[in-house]
Amino acid sequence: MELLNLYQNNYLIVFVFLCLGVLLPVVALSLGKLLRPNKPSDEKYTTYESGIDPFHDSRVQFNVRYYIFALMFVIFDVETVFLYPWAVAYDKLGVFALIEMLIFVIMLLIGLIYAWKKKVLQWI
Amino acid sequence: MVEELLHSSPGIANFGIFFLLGAVLLLIVLGFVTYGILAERKVMGYMQLRHGPNRVGGKWGLLQTVADVLKLLLKEDIIPKAADKPLFILAPVVAFAPSFMVLATIPFTDKFQFADIGVGLLYYIAVSGLTVFGMVLGGWASNNKYALLGGMRAAAQMISYEIPLVMSVLGIILLTGSLNLNDIVEQQENVWFILLQPVAFVVFFIASIAELNRTPFDLPEAENELVAGYHVEYSGFRWAFFMLAEYVYLFAMSALITVIFLGGWLPLFDFLSFIPGAVWFSVKFSAVVFVYIWLRSTLPRFRVDRLMEFGWKVLFPVALANIFLTALIKTLFF
Repeated sequence: MELLNLYQNNYLIVFVFLCLGVLLPVVALSLGKLLRPNKPSDEKYTTYESGIDPFHDSRVQFNVRYYIFALMFVIFDVETVFLYPWAVAYDKLGVFALIEMLIFVIMLLIGLIYAWKKKVLQWI
Repeated sequence: MVEELLHSSPGIANFGIFFLLGAVLLLIVLGFVTYGILAERKVMGYMQLRHGPNRVGGKWGLLQTVADVLKLLLKEDIIPKAADKPLFILAPVVAFAPSFMVLATIPFTDKFQFADIGVGLLYYIAVSGLTVFGMVLGGWASNNKYALLGGMRAAAQMISYEIPLVMSVLGIILLTGSLNLNDIVEQQENVWFILLQPVAFVVFFIASIAELNRTPFDLPEAENELVAGYHVEYSGFRWAFFMLAEYVYLFAMSALITVIFLGGWLPLFDFLSFIPGAVWFSVKFSAVVFVYIWLRSTLPRFRVDRLMEFGWKVLFPVALANIFLTALIKTLFF
């Protein structure tokens, strides 16, 4: 029971920090509303484009490279999800787990080398 | 008193007390940001053979940042017509909230710390990854070409450097067998991890600069290419929250480096242990912040293609090799 309380209190603190982190911008921006001037004019609300009038929507098709990097990120970030518990429990697991993890990482490394050879990692 | 509080059953009263204590930390962090910015401008000024701010608040410009913040508070709030209004308002909050949340688990000294959770390090890394949402959201909602490019670059850079960042700390986790930051500090009693894991430290430090979007990795906001990157359209206090998030991260990252590599609040030598832990922590912490400022005024900006290649082709394989080398050495010799 004691330990459960300690555990719950610690996560309560995390929740408190979340509340504070959200509240500060919300409060500061709502209080700022009382202080700041409001003199709207059409020119102020145009999109900035170095002085010229913006001529079409800016949400255009994007280079596919960004997407490929995102895919690579997902693959290797999931790899770290497996590596973290392995590293924590490494003392108990021993050499067998090391070899297993090595095989797992090498399989992913082959993927990295493939991407490397396909020139995915090059940013043009 | 706090011990009793932590062991009592959680409820509204606990929430209130934690809220007040958290608010105190928030004020400390805001104070750090105020004077951190001033220190950055002063240090960079002297490194470039000029004085930096020296008008507002006496010879040292002590009130310069305060005046800047007040100015931002009095600025008109402009949301462009073309922008996606709800997302535009949401983005600074999404960028800022995780930057403060990560501070919950960092042990400043053995007494002054907030949440002592078992997965502290993982929590830090997971939550700090959320800020990139705020940046992409801000860039996309602005409906501005510069902002969108900046937001996309920010996303590409941060996800690419997150992997070496996450992998480099694995060497330390292998040595400690724990993700709890208190355990990690206590295991550095004899020798700091910067000496046991120098490769991890270098990789982590470089990746952390990229995560903080500071020079030489400040491509998302490269002033002379993208004007200001993802926050071009932001003004006044909304812009201030993006900046605040950046400097709170500087605080958090320096604190994390102090904790996991430089022994946290532990003294340099045993005979110096009469100096309180808080002093040790702040000395090491300030040193790390100083190095960040130093690098900013020394190094030019990376080129965007080099940046991505460096992350994937150099830092990532080095970080991976470091993990298995550490594991191998640990199995063979200990």
